[in-house]
Amino acid sequence: MHSDTVKLKIFRKDHGEKSPGRHDEFEVPVTEGMSVLDAVNYVVENIDSTISVRWNCKAAHCGSCAAEINNYPRLMCKTRIDDIGAEITVNPMGAFPHVKDLVTDLSGNFEIDRNIPEFKPKKGIELPWNIKEQDVTRAQEFRKCIECFLCMDVCHVIRNHSSKYIGPRHIIKAAALDMHPLDTVDRSVSLMNDKGLSLCNVTKCCQEVCPEHIKITDNAIIPEKERAIDKMYDPALMLFDKLKAIGKSGSR
Amino acid sequence: MEYDSYECDVLVIGAGGAGMRAALAAAENNSKVIILSKSVLGKAHTVMAEGGIAASMGNVDSKDDWKMHFKDTIIEGVYLGDWRMAEILAKEAPEAVYGLERIGAIFDRTEEGKIMQRAFGGHTYKRLCHVGDKTGLELIRSLEDKILHKDVTVFDELVITTLVNRSGKLSGAIGFQMRTGRFIAFSAKSTIIATGGLGRIYKITSNSWESTGDGIALALKAGAELRDMEMVQFHPTGMVWPLSMRGILVTEGVRGEGGMLYNSKNERFMLRYSPERKELDARDVVARAIYNEIQKGNGTEHGGVYLDITHKGKEFILKKLPGMYAQFKDFAGVDITKERMEVAPTVHYFMGGINTDPETCMTSIPGLYAAGECAGGLHGANRLGGNSLAEILIFGKRAGEHASETAKHSSSEKIGDDCIQREIKRVKSYLSDATDGENPFKLLERLRCTMDDKLGIIRNAKDMSDGIDIIRDIKLKASGTKVKGGMAFNHGLITCLALDNMAILAECMFLSALERKESRGAHTRNDYPKKDPKWKVNIMLSIKNGKISVSHIKVPKAPENLAIIIGEESYA
Repeated sequence: MHSDTVKLKIFRKDHGEKSPGRHDEFEVPVTEGMSVLDAVNYVVENIDSTISVRWNCKAAHCGSCAAEINNYPRLMCKTRIDDIGAEITVNPMGAFPHVKDLVTDLSGNFEIDRNIPEFKPKKGIELPWNIKEQDVTRAQEFRKCIECFLCMDVCHVIRNHSSKYIGPRHIIKAAALDMHPLDTVDRSVSLMNDKGLSLCNVTKCCQEVCPEHIKITDNAIIPEKERAIDKMYDPALMLFDKLKAIGKSGSR
Repeated sequence: MEYDSYECDVLVIGAGGAGMRAALAAAENNSKVIILSKSVLGKAHTVMAEGGIAASMGNVDSKDDWKMHFKDTIIEGVYLGDWRMAEILAKEAPEAVYGLERIGAIFDRTEEGKIMQRAFGGHTYKRLCHVGDKTGLELIRSLEDKILHKDVTVFDELVITTLVNRSGKLSGAIGFQMRTGRFIAFSAKSTIIATGGLGRIYKITSNSWESTGDGIALALKAGAELRDMEMVQFHPTGMVWPLSMRGILVTEGVRGEGGMLYNSKNERFMLRYSPERKELDARDVVARAIYNEIQKGNGTEHGGVYLDITHKGKEFILKKLPGMYAQFKDFAGVDITKERMEVAPTVHYFMGGINTDPETCMTSIPGLYAAGECAGGLHGANRLGGNSLAEILIFGKRAGEHASETAKHSSSEKIGDDCIQREIKRVKSYLSDATDGENPFKLLERLRCTMDDKLGIIRNAKDMSDGIDIIRDIKLKASGTKVKGGMAFNHGLITCLALDNMAILAECMFLSALERKESRGAHTRNDYPKKDPKWKVNIMLSIKNGKISVSHIKVPKAPENLAIIIGEESYA
């Protein structure tokens, strides 16, 4: 089906407004290769400049323009009009506090980041560091994250159940640090105990929406869970700890 | 109170690579630091940097050293660059990269486990340390994590609307937070501008939303001196199709990894323009070659040329150029492992900017510093790929250290209420429910098209004189723009403010370009097609008695030990 215009329904709600909000409808002329972001910006520049929308690079490198497009979490810049039909509804991400129209408050994410221990390399390694290529590929996968927070938006644990879970974006951040070949900190146990990782029931929705195709669940969440369980319940380690305790009391 | 007030030792405006590196350096020197970002923290235009960081550690080409990096930088900048800045860059780049690695950045590796380095245009040796084609993102994430774990106060989505210079010394800045619309005055002992470039002044550009030159314009208005504003880098390879993606960057890494350029006649035309360096000549040379081919009618269906990397095979491309693979697949439906890309030049970088001291990064105003793309001097008439990421790390650090040191010996001057009230009134004057004002988006569109048409890759006096008339008309009308809505997250308002800044910078660029009556580096004129020794000068701009004044200074001579490395400039 080909049409020259598209019907765009944009969520509207003012800063601090108490109502549940509404959708304003616009007819937008379609150009070749047009993205949802182009369509929204067309409205801002030509019809209603008071619509608030967040965007930066327009090329899926920065992750600023995350939204729910026809109820699916996507980047607006990367969603082409011709892929989704003649009627498009754009909503802000539901998992974050609302600011205005399509804009949400992401500042809580930085507070979470502050509480994930930073990179702490082994001491006394010869400079410059020698690191093998095969040892960096796992961490590099997670470092591709563009912080669009779509994985947080789609996560049912965050949306419906618990504010205790820090969410997929932050798990891969911790995993990237944990899997740095020279890092000395272990973050897995604290992810499980204090940061709600145990609440994740690995439905893999997060890795499905990731625009960078990072295998969030397979390569970060599950390994971090396993690592934590190993540390917390490893029978050999538990036995070793016991023996150590006996040894200590014996030598007294 | 209608506004909030904060005080600090060092105020950093801009949170890209230069700003974050500066903030980190100042915080490590025990200063109280506030860093401001116009976008969400971590979204700065630095994340768009793809190819790598230039540093002569010689991991791949062991013959490389700082002298060669220094020489490449000066020669490819066609002898307009500041020798001391180039010397600092070349000497300090390896340590800057290793420093980044020590705070957690993970670079691609060589077989032996060293940091991998790739070839890039204009660099004699393989010199660019990289992470696939996402080097800028790696740089930002590493610095961002460090900043978040330091005692640094971050305000993001905050727009600075003026710098405060009342007594000949800079005392801070005033702006408002986009999310709330609330005004904030920041009184600071030292202020660092690290706001990046102004690519969005052109229509076809690789630059993101925020690159509107705010910091450069605010510094100019506050009394600082600008330099080399005619020097605009057109990156040879931007996307041309689909239309909405026009200008988006195709990394030089594609050519660095072996990509070749073809015209519609299937001719590898760079063999003609640059038989020795071919696709990897300096950016100004390759951009002009592509432009010429398109002008001659040898362009592709969508008005570009072909860039081909298919011969390297899928596995290699997915490892080394994953971003490019996804970009073409998602946006253009092109599989670059099997098909050729269509590319054409796109506005990418500004060699000019705020004039600073190479040692301290201080501007002509005491208490005001600048680092990164907003500062001018290092790149002369043409920037080498990878030198900007090195620049932001090295000069960001220097700016942070010196701003912090100076702050220790100076007292802060609190920004007065009258001054803040005046600024609030000025900003709010753009808001109106009436619809009789000028539409800022339409005016901005006109400005951007004027820059594309009248100050492009090839220039001449007639076009530029026409251009300056249009710009002055836009500048006049920009003061009468009106938009609806309130202070919070109002794109119309932000566009009014940006337009005011962009119009004055556009005028500076035209004046500077008209002034330089020769062709050198990125500045090419068909009415003055030759390079001329008379014009081995830097063109300086400042505001005097309300008008933009233009002057020249001779390019400072390098000391003997460096002059030998550079060699004599030749004029054919």
